[in-house]
Amino acid sequence: MTAPYLVDFGTLSNNGARAEPAWLRETRRDGIDRFAALGFPTPRNEDWHFTSVAAIAEAKFSPLRGATGQITQAELAPFTFAHSNWPVMVFVNGKYDASLSTPASLAKGIRAVDLSTAIREEPTLIEPWLGKVSPAEDRSFSALNAAFMSDGAVIHIAPFIEEATPLHIIFVSDSNAAKGVAHLRNLIVAGHNSKATVIESYVSLGDSGYFTNAVTEVIVEPGATLTHYKIQRESQRAFHVHTIDAKQAHDSHYVSFSFATGAALSRTNIYTNLDGEGCGATLNGLYMADDEQHVDHQTNIIHSQPNCFSREIYKGILSGSAHGVFNGKVYVYPIAQKTDGKQTNNNLLLSAGARIDTKPQLEIYADDVRCTHGATVGRLDEMALFYMKSRGVSADAATRLLTYAFAADVLETIEVQAVRSELERATLERFTGATSAL
Amino acid sequence: MLEIKDLYAKAGDRDILRGISLDVAPGEVHAIMGPNGSGKSTLAQVLAGNPAYEVTGGTVTFQGNDLLALQPEERAQQGVFLAFQYPIEIPGVSNAYFLRSAFNSIRAARGQEEVDPIEFLDYMEKKLELVDMDVEMLSRSVNMGFSGGEKKRNEILQMAVLEPKLALLDETDSGLDIDALRIVANGVNALKRPDNATVVVTHYQRLLNYIVPDFVHVLAHGRIVKSGDKSLALELEAKGYDWLVEPQGAVA
Repeated sequence: MTAPYLVDFGTLSNNGARAEPAWLRETRRDGIDRFAALGFPTPRNEDWHFTSVAAIAEAKFSPLRGATGQITQAELAPFTFAHSNWPVMVFVNGKYDASLSTPASLAKGIRAVDLSTAIREEPTLIEPWLGKVSPAEDRSFSALNAAFMSDGAVIHIAPFIEEATPLHIIFVSDSNAAKGVAHLRNLIVAGHNSKATVIESYVSLGDSGYFTNAVTEVIVEPGATLTHYKIQRESQRAFHVHTIDAKQAHDSHYVSFSFATGAALSRTNIYTNLDGEGCGATLNGLYMADDEQHVDHQTNIIHSQPNCFSREIYKGILSGSAHGVFNGKVYVYPIAQKTDGKQTNNNLLLSAGARIDTKPQLEIYADDVRCTHGATVGRLDEMALFYMKSRGVSADAATRLLTYAFAADVLETIEVQAVRSELERATLERFTGATSAL
Repeated sequence: MLEIKDLYAKAGDRDILRGISLDVAPGEVHAIMGPNGSGKSTLAQVLAGNPAYEVTGGTVTFQGNDLLALQPEERAQQGVFLAFQYPIEIPGVSNAYFLRSAFNSIRAARGQEEVDPIEFLDYMEKKLELVDMDVEMLSRSVNMGFSGGEKKRNEILQMAVLEPKLALLDETDSGLDIDALRIVANGVNALKRPDNATVVVTHYQRLLNYIVPDFVHVLAHGRIVKSGDKSLALELEAKGYDWLVEPQGAVA
């Protein structure tokens, strides 16, 4: 299964990667070596126990070679949260599209460059961090990404910069992405005492089958707050694997939300290391899957230092024959005293064929901590349904309304109102056909 | 308006209603009283169509139609309303949206046009006054964080909005202080019309000082054991239920 990728790598290192800095060539070489050694993960691998990637392994996706230039602003409009004035970086079929992007509109102190330009013209923007925050030793897809990473967003937020307007990175695929794979690599460096919001959207303008293999490395320097949303609305035939690795310095806050409704098979890993005192991490998410969709989230919250808190709420709604997976680990090192951690995963199954595997885990090696976790799997509350019906609301409308309501409280945690409104609207539309707020 | 004939119902394997017959005409107020476990709440739930109960015998006719053949929402659309003893909390759905959905569902079923949120808010103003509720209660999730009294007032608010033909009040007085009781009772009385009827299910006579019944029925072991006028309620208050209620073994 790995052979075609090794051939592709030979092609890459003889062509495009030849002129790259030595450190990057080495990163790529290490990546392909690790991938060759690891192969694609199998269900025997504990981290992939509930998610088979055989379909990805067997599909032999070939690297996408670039943008088609066919996508218009109008086609992107549905994905812009009704704020076309936000600065955006747009990647079409894995390649940066300067004509659709507006990094010039960024606030002073924030830089956004595409990875291929950074490699070519300004490697100092990436060299200290790239491949160092997100390890590839024991992760097949990250190793593959390291070998092939071609494009992505490189974002630097200068110290003390506070910016309320989000920076939106849109990865859009169209029919030209069919049978291709984009190995996207993003880097976000939030300088000390800065405060900013970055949104990554993975969307599709068609129903083609392609593979997104993304890695985002995040550095949150002392006292900084980074809000980082990930919106996954890939094509229903797409495959999507994305690993986000955040490293937090003291007194920093990392606020993450993952919204996932797309792809035939998706796996999102969100890992954060609270590697300094006084940090906070908030990891929330909502996944909704129908038909034969498979949606998997794995989160690791690593408490490496004392006096930090973490909060996590993930909710899932599964219907049809969909399969959801939630695997959330909170790890507390022996020195991480006074850790305050709370993790919840609630799932709603709307059909007999829907399935969820949820595995919240606490591993605590410190003795003075307050950590709780819990998971629920349920169906709609019969009494609530009866209550609504007894007021004349049809069974169908009551079901849809209660389903939306199940998701609503986690969506309410999204602080950027335009994003919250759009995701509420999308969720409401999915379950009620209505578009007005409740 | 409502004719119940020899109604039997059970929850799981437990027989609860064992042959209830009762006629309610427009404009009347009936009180159903009885000790705990007598089946009086079950009667209200069965009439509203709670799927937790299974009807095993008898008939219920409402405005000439077979009520038991209707889904709960169809019963509501035809004018049946149950004020719950324990109103359900629905996180994530605002009271305003819930009320408007219900209101519009019932209007749609009657071939009337739906109202938009702004028209609805106008309509709500007087209804809120009736139960002394602040407009702020509309933006909160249904019954979430409401006190016991607020929940009961919210039930009466829903009743005021939906203007039912037949209102079933299930232990609406339980857990209310005297002020809340008065507000709830005033609301119910204000909604009384010659063409609608009210069935009040209660354990205590207290509520009946405010909502004065035309008929009082005493339920025991799933049957009506005595019917009378409002003086029966006072007699029960003075003497308790024991003189009417034989031990269950003796009945069976």
